[in-house]
Amino acid sequence: MLNIGGLNEGVVIDHIQAGGAMKIYEYLNLEKLDVSVAIIKNARSNKMGKKDIIKIEGPFNLDLTVLGVLDHKITVNVIKDNEIVKKQQLELPERVTGIIKCKNPRCITSIEQELPHTFKLTDRENRIYRCIYCESKFKGK
Amino acid sequence: MRHLISPLDLSLEEMDYILTLGQKIMEEPEKYAHVCDGKKLATLFYEPSTRTRLSFEAAMLNMGGKVLGFSSADSSSAAKGESVADTIRVISSYADICAMRHPKEGAPTVASMYSEIPVINAGDGGHNHPTQTLTDLITIKTLMGRLDNLTIGMCGDLKFGRTVHSLINAMVRYTRVRFVLISPKELQIPEYLRKEVLDAGKIDYIETNELEKYMPDLDILYMTRVQRERFFNEEDYIRLKDSFILDASKMQYAKEKMYVLHPLPRVNEISTEVDKDPRAVYFLQAKYGVYVRMALILSLLGLDEKKIFKDSV
Repeated sequence: MLNIGGLNEGVVIDHIQAGGAMKIYEYLNLEKLDVSVAIIKNARSNKMGKKDIIKIEGPFNLDLTVLGVLDHKITVNVIKDNEIVKKQQLELPERVTGIIKCKNPRCITSIEQELPHTFKLTDRENRIYRCIYCESKFKGK
Repeated sequence: MRHLISPLDLSLEEMDYILTLGQKIMEEPEKYAHVCDGKKLATLFYEPSTRTRLSFEAAMLNMGGKVLGFSSADSSSAAKGESVADTIRVISSYADICAMRHPKEGAPTVASMYSEIPVINAGDGGHNHPTQTLTDLITIKTLMGRLDNLTIGMCGDLKFGRTVHSLINAMVRYTRVRFVLISPKELQIPEYLRKEVLDAGKIDYIETNELEKYMPDLDILYMTRVQRERFFNEEDYIRLKDSFILDASKMQYAKEKMYVLHPLPRVNEISTEVDKDPRAVYFLQAKYGVYVRMALILSLLGLDEKKIFKDSV
């Protein structure tokens, strides 16, 4: 396996469905962070076959709980002094704004660009969110 | 403040209250001739819909209120690029209540988020059209005397017809309602409606393409238009179109007490010879639509006797 150095301090976003890392990178706006970020694609996984991993170095404040909306298999480990100090629990918030974009071309958000893209959780069991305007469905991985 | 964006925004009790109030108005319209004196309804129609707009305007005028508004996006500030949110903030200081029609889905929801007056969705694209559903329900309730224990046939384009979807969603809340869904295979109800509403609610329904066969079972026949452009090929359209045209010969299989509804406009799916059959009630339905809109406006303005939305006015 490709070797990426261990983290002294930072966060490991693991068990991302293979191919999904760049999307997560974009959602978290990681390009704006002035820290080392490693994206590992198609890493071998016993559980998943293949998976993606993102490692972010250093202390920083980012709300990672919303990652559960996009991919419920993701795990987030917080590392300090080379040890996992916290396994962050991912959540499915009742409402999310700016995380999911409504792709329905008939939705009012398609012509009024300044409207926030807000989705509400309508089916927790099946992790289904719906656009608050047009009710289009979004289901995370 | 309460708005009406989707038919299911109303609880069953609220729905029944508005339908009953509509029936009271129907019986004694003169009693309600001045209940909205001094009130104004704004009709914000971003796309033309003459019937719906006039029905709203007639409803307000019948109660002594006044109306103002626009009937197409070209004649509104939308043509200058104003957002729905800004428009409604301005209109809020001109009128007491508004009805909005918009080609984009969710526009009335946006309006309701920024409005200081009740917003009624008068149709947002293919999404919701709650006052059409109220119109359908008051027609069934008035003519059949009930909304439960009914066999409802729905015929035509069940895939894209939002009035059909809304009516199914509203009717499944009543007990012992059975649906006969008559359409070509290409135009059957969408999967989510079949699975999430009918199957999940253990509702009795059948899907068929034979109108005549099930005609004797029906209490209500809800007709919709089968549009040529919905078919994948011309051959299918020609083969199937007549099966979904209601004419006098098909009407002879129907019960004596059965009613034919249609959201209108009708094109050729109901032959004009059916119009004189007393069971054809689609023009009466349009009339009932005014009464139910009167009841809705009255309730949202908090001018009804019971003030059912009083906490929110």
